[in-house]
Amino acid sequence: MTAAGVRAAPDESWRLVRRFGLPATGILGILTAWELAIRAFHVPAYLVPAPSLIARTLVEEWPTIQRNVGATLIEAIGGFILGNGFAVLLAIWFVHSPAVERTLYPVAVAVRTVPIIAIAPILVLLLGNSYAPKIAIAALISFFPTLVNMVRGLEAVEASALELMRVLSATRAQVFFKLRLPSSLPFLFSALKIATAACVIGAIVAEWVGADRGLGYLIIVSTFEFRTGLLYATTAVGSFLALVFFLAIEVLERLVVSWKPGTLPP
Amino acid sequence: MTFSTPAGPVQALADANLAIRPGEFVSLLGPSGCGKSTLLRLVADILTPTEGRIEVAGEPPEVARRRRVFGFVFQDATLLPWRSALQNLLLPLEIGGDARRGRAEALALLELVGLRGFESAHPWQLSGGMRQRVAIARALITHPQVLLMDEPFGALDEITREHMNQELLRIWAATGTTILFVTHSSPEAVFLSDRVVVLSARPGRVKLELPVALPRPRDPGVKETVEFARHTAALRRALESEGGRR
Repeated sequence: MTAAGVRAAPDESWRLVRRFGLPATGILGILTAWELAIRAFHVPAYLVPAPSLIARTLVEEWPTIQRNVGATLIEAIGGFILGNGFAVLLAIWFVHSPAVERTLYPVAVAVRTVPIIAIAPILVLLLGNSYAPKIAIAALISFFPTLVNMVRGLEAVEASALELMRVLSATRAQVFFKLRLPSSLPFLFSALKIATAACVIGAIVAEWVGADRGLGYLIIVSTFEFRTGLLYATTAVGSFLALVFFLAIEVLERLVVSWKPGTLPP
Repeated sequence: MTFSTPAGPVQALADANLAIRPGEFVSLLGPSGCGKSTLLRLVADILTPTEGRIEVAGEPPEVARRRRVFGFVFQDATLLPWRSALQNLLLPLEIGGDARRGRAEALALLELVGLRGFESAHPWQLSGGMRQRVAIARALITHPQVLLMDEPFGALDEITREHMNQELLRIWAATGTTILFVTHSSPEAVFLSDRVVVLSARPGRVKLELPVALPRPRDPGVKETVEFARHTAALRRALESEGGRR
């Protein structure tokens, strides 16, 4: 027991170093190089601020950022739920009705090909200046990857598994809930992880077009006022938001898709 | 071809008759593509014949399927990866709407197939042979009169396969189920069966019907006997002439 413990200890700490230490070193290295370069070449702060200045701005301007982060959060999460929910429902409909799939799939592709930047003003015109157009854009941007992956997931069922359900005289609902839905979950979660970052981007882009609140609004304002430190700080907050969102989905995936064999330690 | 299962005749191919006694172990042997898997799927009502008539227990296969007259074991175990061994076993009962009373029986069946203590293991934690044991137990949980097996050990390595053959004979003896077993291995067919039916290539018809006159219970030692060799030789000749004809 003791011998095993002694032998295992260095392995364990090395694993922690590899898991957290190396990525942290990479990020810290880049930040340090950035800071040193700004100071060495005397780059003006309105052009590129040093990381230290961004950090200070983040603390000083936190009340401003905090006022705006809520709006973006609501838009991103609203869009995420709406876009993915609609995509999942449509995928279920597609799988059960090939005629519907053939009719609506091209429409979905067409919607996908419309540039978000172009469609944002149209939606603001249609839906006003409130949360609605931002949520719609965040939903649009996360809709398509989820639709494609969910259809693929629902159809990625082994032929013999379908034969098994046939032999067991399963109803269509049973085939769906006991076979298709569980086997589609890994596909769904891949799509949801793509959607996390996408819907934050969607919300921010929508705010550029017309908003009086939100991270996107703050980005526009700080750009016009040459408050570059605030611009960078806001961008960092937006990126952090997407990261937290991504990790939340990842944790959810581990809880739901728990049957997958864990990745073997290297 | 008419199979007489304990529940009644099964007509699958028109120009041949084959009666299977209750509790009998019959193997269908043939070259790939002779339609032996198709035949099994017609009996199981997975496929519908384009022409001709099939009857199981004097009824269309669809009725027999709904009455759960047969269980089916596939070449790959076809376990649902998100379910534990026990939950996979309970699937047929869940679908039939009577899962609650099946737990004790499922555990007993796991013990019968030699997987006691593995009830909460997930398929990825089980070996190929163990997965196939779970699949056999799952097919047995509805008390089928007939077990339809489509090359169930075809994907296993030789050693595991021989072991599973013995295990299947033990399970068969314990349950008394009639077994219709599809394989392309002559030694496997002879070792397991009361009777081996060689199918010709398309159109599928009975080429040879060989009663296996080896005493039971059989152990692997029987494979070293002259009698065993005589049986496999007869099957090989039937299969060879089949290959030459194609």
